[in-house]
Amino acid sequence: MSLLFKNIVRFIFIMFFQIFVLNKIPPLHQFIVPYFYFVFILWLPFNIKRIPLLFISFAVGMVADMFFKTPGLHASACLLIAYVRPFLINLLLPKEATDWGNEEPTKNTMGAVPYVTYLIILTLLHHFYLILLEWMQFGSFLYFAGKLIATSLVSLLLIMIADLFLNRKSKLR
Amino acid sequence: MRNVFLFLKRYSVFIVFLVLQGLALSMLFSYNRFHQTTYGMFSNEVAGKLNKRVNKVESFFTLRDQNQALRKQNAALLSYLPSGSFIPDTSFLFVADTLAIDSLKSYRQYQYLDAKIISNSVFLQQNIMVLHRGSAQGIVPNMSVVGTDGLIGTVLGVSENMSVVMSLLHRQSKVIAVLKKGSGLGEVSWDGKDPRYLLLSKIPKTIVVKKGDTVVSSPYSDKFPPGLPIGYVEKIDQDQETNTYKLTIRTAVDFYTVQHAFIVKNLLQEEIDQLKSTVIKE
Repeated sequence: MSLLFKNIVRFIFIMFFQIFVLNKIPPLHQFIVPYFYFVFILWLPFNIKRIPLLFISFAVGMVADMFFKTPGLHASACLLIAYVRPFLINLLLPKEATDWGNEEPTKNTMGAVPYVTYLIILTLLHHFYLILLEWMQFGSFLYFAGKLIATSLVSLLLIMIADLFLNRKSKLR
Repeated sequence: MRNVFLFLKRYSVFIVFLVLQGLALSMLFSYNRFHQTTYGMFSNEVAGKLNKRVNKVESFFTLRDQNQALRKQNAALLSYLPSGSFIPDTSFLFVADTLAIDSLKSYRQYQYLDAKIISNSVFLQQNIMVLHRGSAQGIVPNMSVVGTDGLIGTVLGVSENMSVVMSLLHRQSKVIAVLKKGSGLGEVSWDGKDPRYLLLSKIPKTIVVKKGDTVVSSPYSDKFPPGLPIGYVEKIDQDQETNTYKLTIRTAVDFYTVQHAFIVKNLLQEEIDQLKSTVIKE
């Protein structure tokens, strides 16, 4: 399966899961909103160029916005993590990112600790920006902080479960 | 000039980032103000088509409840049929009718258009529904939307076959409401915490409120038909700072399972708008 085809299929699956499964779950609390779709950006291969990465993320955000009915909100949060991603990978990995070829960030390719750090930082960044934009329209600081923490925890949990389930195959380093 | 190109080349990633970010943010903020952008309308049609397909499956699971609600409404409507009532005997009284207008006949002010809800959410802060009716069926923004049990929301924007509705569970939604018993004008809004409860404020303390009282849409609104149930009083709090109550009300419509709605067209709307605009101009 070619890399492009694999990612297109993955994109469709992740979006369907977000829109028709996660968005239909009855709310547990005001603060808990399960966001999962942005994991598509985190799982793109290492050797992707920066400018295409920005455009892809923008498109991913816009598709999510179509269904959340908030044009621009998710797109701008996705852009932010797409911009930060290459810097973070360079920080966390000893080798140059382009040396990795078509590999994706997984527990095996990056090592468990750097991978989890990578997930936590980008998830927090994405949610921070997303909820900040929402907070500017209404809400108190308690709303902002509570939602940031609760939503990030739920997202991280979902990503970890997905990682266990999907068993994304990558060669050991 | 060469330096400019070098600069552009060096910071190209950052520049692309800034441009796309600016595009996204401008879209976000203009959408909130005008509720309509070309992207909004395009995505509305595309997302609507996909939602419609999934909704076909989903609606299957709530058929029983929907059926029951419709039967109940049918029963209520049947009781209005003329065959169920009798005409008072006035035959021995002869009155010469000099009026050009038949004063006994009532004229229709509101027209109800049936619509299917194809996408709905309760877990966001700004919950929006999509209905499968649009400008081709005569829907315009600002029409009100009601369910079989009560008020649902207001039409924000329309495309050809879909319309976007702001439900009562929207942080910017404000509806003028009265208590069915004892009147008293108030305002229904949502605090974003629990989709089962709404807030009713600005009801003066001089009015006696009991738990379970019905809250209905006000007769002074030119948008909503009067007397539609919005909710039932659940909790009564006294606002210490002002002379008003802070009431928590349970929604009349179950926003979790609602599937069908009626879009209400006020046939006098144009006349009202025209009158208002001329009065305000002067």
